[in-house]
Amino acid sequence: MSDKEPLFSKKNLKLLSDPLDSSNPITVQVLGICSALAVTAQLKPSVVMSLSVMAVLAFANVIISLLRNTIPNRIRIIVQLVVIAALVILVDQVLKAFVYDVSKQLSVFVGLIITNCIIMGRLEAFALGNKPWPSFLDGIGNAAGYGAILVIVGFFRELFGSGTLWGFRIIPESWYIENGGFYANNGMMILPPMALITVGAIIWVQRSRNRKLIED
Amino acid sequence: MKALKNFFEKTKPYVQKGAKYHWLHSTHDAFFTLAFVQKDTSKSGTHIHDYIDLKRTMGIVVFALVPALLMGMYNIGYQHFGALGQLETAAFFDLFLFGFLKVLPVILVSYIVGLGIEFIFAQFRGHEVNEGFLVSGILIPMVMPINTPLWMIGVATAFAVVFGKEVFGGTGMNIWNPALVARAFLFFAYPAQMSGDSVWISASGIEKMADGFTGATPMAQAVLGETNLNVWDAFVGLIPGSIGETSTLAILIGAAILIITGIGNWKIMLSTVLGGLFMGILLNIFAVNAYMEMPFWEHLIIGGFAFGAVFMATDPVSGAQTDKGKWIYGFLIGVLAILIRVVNPAYPEGMMLAILLMNTFAPLIDHYIIQGNIKRRLKRVQQSA
Repeated sequence: MSDKEPLFSKKNLKLLSDPLDSSNPITVQVLGICSALAVTAQLKPSVVMSLSVMAVLAFANVIISLLRNTIPNRIRIIVQLVVIAALVILVDQVLKAFVYDVSKQLSVFVGLIITNCIIMGRLEAFALGNKPWPSFLDGIGNAAGYGAILVIVGFFRELFGSGTLWGFRIIPESWYIENGGFYANNGMMILPPMALITVGAIIWVQRSRNRKLIED
Repeated sequence: MKALKNFFEKTKPYVQKGAKYHWLHSTHDAFFTLAFVQKDTSKSGTHIHDYIDLKRTMGIVVFALVPALLMGMYNIGYQHFGALGQLETAAFFDLFLFGFLKVLPVILVSYIVGLGIEFIFAQFRGHEVNEGFLVSGILIPMVMPINTPLWMIGVATAFAVVFGKEVFGGTGMNIWNPALVARAFLFFAYPAQMSGDSVWISASGIEKMADGFTGATPMAQAVLGETNLNVWDAFVGLIPGSIGETSTLAILIGAAILIITGIGNWKIMLSTVLGGLFMGILLNIFAVNAYMEMPFWEHLIIGGFAFGAVFMATDPVSGAQTDKGKWIYGFLIGVLAILIRVVNPAYPEGMMLAILLMNTFAPLIDHYIIQGNIKRRLKRVQQSA
């Protein structure tokens, strides 16, 4: 590679934009489904979760990329885990310090970022074979692709499941049956099965837009 | 009739390939084949056609549902005036008309939403309109409580058609019975409107219920240990319940129509009943509470058991296909329905969940039956060789 490649060359931009659509970690590679179902009952935890994963993934990618020539091949998984675990603990402490209520809501799922397949997958597939800067972009891009799905799912689940967005009431109280109206919250939206169906619907929409993704 | 035929003949050129309204051709086909039997024969291959096509099959099922539907309408009026305490003064026709006017909007919503989505998908994908919704559209209202808001029926119908059917490829491809998907969706999404004591009786205009009158279904009462069921009322259908499921008598008439015409499968119906009786007897033997002590045969006439056994479990698409599989499939539905009903108080009616669960397992049952057949025959061939 020539040493004069611009920071945002076409190839590097692709690292950012591809995971948003044609190689989305959730809808195309079907990774990280577990946390996508667990934390998306409301919009705020979804956003915080996406940002946490983005921080962990981007820095883990950079660190592993810096170390890539010194990590012995046989123990690379354990090295990766140590890096991820250290970053997750950092993120967890930051969340506890600044957004304690959301940290409570996310509970164990922040810790479980360690086992998120997307992170391990990107470290193995990308960071071990690329330079720090592309690795950083790859981390940001993949986390953004993951986050985009989380936010879409969280949006629909909170809107139809609780009638609120980011904790603010969208559907007026007076519409509800209890208050003499006609509306009722969709209790199924709160349950994880509906999150899976929502992700399914997103996959459906995406594949009918992007025909290349349809396998025979 | 002639005028209708002329109309179809006249409009045909407009929807042919290349014509201006070609995009409407599947709609045209759908209405034409609904009114008349298709005269087209295949251009190659097999030339023998059964006169009974999918639309005729569906027509007979709808016909078989009519007694239960009419009885359900009457029962809605009966329950309403009973709650008012005016049962003696109300005439038979008053009761029926009240129920009819209550049920009609539900049926209309179900058909308009469901068929609307079917037509949109057919136009969009460029294939024929699927007939499957003709039956689902009438089944959906019949498994709902009368007080369900219309918009909920619409949402549930849309969910059932899109996620219960279209995502799998439309009629004939669905894993679960669409009507039950609609009901399950409502059951989990809006539990307050789908269960409890107040949803089964049309309460419009009722300030205070008559003394001694409760809106609870026999099953809800049985959970509380009150199992003094009026057997005759339960059999004829004068008990609170979903619109079409209360009258075992009317359902038996429907079952007779289905069996005589060969549309419904008697093996599934019989094995479901046997499974229910088996589980009922088992619970009677090990009875530790009043519900378990309830005579085992009473399970057949309360709740949706009869309706599910006759109209839901026999769905040829989502049920088991092999003969032996049908016995297993039906028997397990019966067993599970009674088990869920009695042992799990969170779900007062187990029939819906039992059928959906066995729908899921039907392909597995068929697979092992077929594999068993293949193995047996292979052995026979090897022995004779």
